[in-house]
Amino acid sequence: MNTLLKQKKVDNKTSVKPDIKENNQTKSEAAMDKNVFEVNNLNLWYGNDQALYEINMNVPQNKVTAIIGPSGCGKSTYLKTLNRMVEMVPIVKTSGSIQYNGEDIFSDKHSVEGLRTKVGMVFQKPNPFPKSIYDNIAYGPRIHGVKKKAVLDQIVEKSLRDAAIWDEVKDRLDENAFGLSGGQQQRVCIARALAIEPDVILMDEPTSALDPISTLKVEELVQELKKKYSIIIVTHNMQQAARISDKTAFFLNGELIEFADTDHLFSNPTDKRTEDYISGRFG
Amino acid sequence: MSGIDEKNNLKRIRGRVILNNVLKGLFFVSTTIGLIFLALLLYRILTQGIGYLNSDFITSFPAPYPEEAGIFAGLIGSIMMIAIVAPVAITLGVGTAIFLEEYAYKNRWTKFIQINIQNLAGVPSIVYGLLGLTFFVYMLRLGYTLLAGGLTMALLVLPVIVVAAQEAIRSVPSDIKEASYGMGASKWQTIRRVILPAAIPGILTGTILALSRAIGETAPLIIVGAATALYTLPDSLLSKYTVMPIQIFNWTGRPQEEWQFVAAAGILVLLIVLLFMNAVAVFIRNKFQKRY
Amino acid sequence: MGKALQNEAMNIDVQTMIENKRKKKSVSGKLEKLIPAFLFLCAAVSVLTTAGILFTLLRESITFFSTTSIVDFYTGTQWSPWTGHFGVLPLITGTLLITLIAAIVAIPLGLMSAIFLSEYASDRTRKIIKPTLEVLAGIPTVVYGFFALTFVTPLLKNIVPGLGIFNALSAGIVVGIMIIPMIASLSEDAMNSVPNSLREGALALGATRLEVAMKVVLPAAFSGIVASIVLAVSRAIGETMIVVIAAGASPTLTFDPTRSIQTLTAFIVQGATGDTTFGSTIYYSIYAVGATLFVFTLLMNMLSQYISRKFKEEY
Ligand SMILES: Nc1ncnc2c1ncn2[C@@H]1O[C@H](COP(=O)(O)OP(=O)(O)O)[C@@H](O)[C@H]1O
Ligand SMILES: [Mg+2]
Repeated sequence: MNTLLKQKKVDNKTSVKPDIKENNQTKSEAAMDKNVFEVNNLNLWYGNDQALYEINMNVPQNKVTAIIGPSGCGKSTYLKTLNRMVEMVPIVKTSGSIQYNGEDIFSDKHSVEGLRTKVGMVFQKPNPFPKSIYDNIAYGPRIHGVKKKAVLDQIVEKSLRDAAIWDEVKDRLDENAFGLSGGQQQRVCIARALAIEPDVILMDEPTSALDPISTLKVEELVQELKKKYSIIIVTHNMQQAARISDKTAFFLNGELIEFADTDHLFSNPTDKRTEDYISGRFG
Repeated sequence: MSGIDEKNNLKRIRGRVILNNVLKGLFFVSTTIGLIFLALLLYRILTQGIGYLNSDFITSFPAPYPEEAGIFAGLIGSIMMIAIVAPVAITLGVGTAIFLEEYAYKNRWTKFIQINIQNLAGVPSIVYGLLGLTFFVYMLRLGYTLLAGGLTMALLVLPVIVVAAQEAIRSVPSDIKEASYGMGASKWQTIRRVILPAAIPGILTGTILALSRAIGETAPLIIVGAATALYTLPDSLLSKYTVMPIQIFNWTGRPQEEWQFVAAAGILVLLIVLLFMNAVAVFIRNKFQKRY
Repeated sequence: MGKALQNEAMNIDVQTMIENKRKKKSVSGKLEKLIPAFLFLCAAVSVLTTAGILFTLLRESITFFSTTSIVDFYTGTQWSPWTGHFGVLPLITGTLLITLIAAIVAIPLGLMSAIFLSEYASDRTRKIIKPTLEVLAGIPTVVYGFFALTFVTPLLKNIVPGLGIFNALSAGIVVGIMIIPMIASLSEDAMNSVPNSLREGALALGATRLEVAMKVVLPAAFSGIVASIVLAVSRAIGETMIVVIAAGASPTLTFDPTRSIQTLTAFIVQGATGDTTFGSTIYYSIYAVGATLFVFTLLMNMLSQYISRKFKEEY
């Protein structure tokens, strides 16, 4: 099963562009019951404070999954657990299991580095490195051993194009990424994550620090990206979740209250608390 | 009406304001005393030393007559000493800082190392001289050599570099570290490619200040046996050596007045070197002023 | 797999490249595992330095005290090693005298500078004066010594008749000037970290800047200020070159600042530069003096750290 999946992926990646549409179709059909992440009974503690309670959730492939909930409910914590970034906080303890493409991410067999190579992340505040735009994008490929200039050039261009910012920056690749506007910085950060062609992209409120126009651009970008990537996006903005996501998960006080198709969750929530939240009664 | 005597109160206010202004003046004058002292010192040394400061002075070895004496051996000796101190102290210092900031668990041992470094920074330099004398000169049998002096100095400035490097590393925003880890970079890759490049201006500035301290230090080198008069340049790590402050000290101790001028000229060379190093530090700081 | 390679030229598959590299990279991966060990060794050096200092001072002092009674050493009033008198009190009083004079100069001047910089000076003024004042801390002590001997002492002779060429007064004053920036700078930092809301509260009640400084800022920054003073005093105790050059080499049990004295540090220099032979009693006495000096400064440093740690907890 597992090897099969991997084989399929390689084929997707190597197939050339014109196929994408058709490929996509087959994919979306096949992907119906295909999950990138299968989370079972996940609990997480910061020291003695429990932040996540018994989370069970299957994250579908090549979809946009939104996570909503009031601030402090554990959205970021949950997201960072998926690529094990949460372990940067030394007091964190977890229980339960998370399978990524059928393999336990906590198992000793796989390194965190390997996991994060497949599961990329975009952060709340744009956080480009204080380096040139080019070096920002080339960072990932370089640390993973890609050295050839010609190859890097290609990767940089492709990533920037995929992140819909190539035209804006193509003449200033050598300039410091700090010189860009916030919205541009965030798209450079997305491009940086794309540069190593991950399977999954985790986004933690990627637009909360941006103006409305930049937000719109990022939202459009997310729509575009889901053709090739599985995306999990945390947002505190319910309209955004409704606009861009296929499935939505509602978190409250560290619990996953409801997880359903976005249309369904917003029009017809099963849980009273979800209803209260989406109708603005708290949060 | 309110129980406050208006008239008296006005008087008191005026008194308080006057007192405030008088003391403000006093505080200002006090501040300037340090500055005046500095100006006097520089002026005095400049006028005393400038007459002896010429190319002969810089390129001559010590001599029995003031007119012929020069600081060549000390200048080259100081530079060679820095060539030992810098790599040793920077490697150890930055290594320690990285260890403490990025690798060590925040436990009692780490705290112990941290407090230990703080205490080392407060140990009088002459005590380092004693350490060097016992350990490098006698136990390692290095004798009164450039290497023994350099290693002693490296230990002396080590705490300064550690503290500066720690501060620089700590001030690297955590979000770019997270970005790096998030791309699957290992710890060392993140350190080498993100943290150190961002911290380097701070590290360099602190290091240069530490090295300028090493250039100006005299006492420990007296203890570990820097030569007072040297007529050849050191040709290996195990040669005898002298440094500028030692030569200046030696000239200062001589009774004839002319030697004072020689000493002043030596001080001028020393100060020029220090000024140069500090200018580099300021330049680095301004050039790389981070934008976060 | 073959297909992937074929396509590499036109369409790069980064993940495949990464996968291939990962397999090859195991050597450098192993090297990377050694890095924490290497960094740990770096950190260990500073611990070893402390151990080395303690060991050195202790071992040679113990040798010294096996021939000279420790009681005689700490109670003896005559320090004359070349005639076999090892009473360290004159060196201690010499050190205290220098430290006292330096403190009398530096504490008021340093504090008043700090108050001026923190409470009165504009941002621009502060940005100019503070670094300039800190230049004082960067001047090599041999330069201070030279200046004390050739300028300050002759100047003082006009005011204080009977002042010797070498004297504690001149050396003490110059040591004091040297530590001004330490007090000024660190105290100013402490005062600066007092929240502005406290100041504004008092100013709004009609207090003058002076009253704010004295009644609000100084008490709030008190421990930080004390810590800076203790640290500076510790510097004065350990200062060597200024006293070697300007205070002379006459260990005398006196608190007369016009006379030549010798400090603990100055004796170490004298002992090490004279024709002291390795293994002689004088050689070991250097370490006994060094150990005494070390204990003094260590206590001061720990006191300063203790005070400033308490200070941090206040906010
Ligand atoms: N580094 C941390 N250490 C301790 N507690 C934390 C840490 N980060 C988050 N928490 C706690 O975990 C809970 C969830 O936080 P978070 O995941 O950031 O919520 P959200 O992203 O939904 O706003 C909060 O109660 C927060 O206080
Ligand atoms: Mg969050």
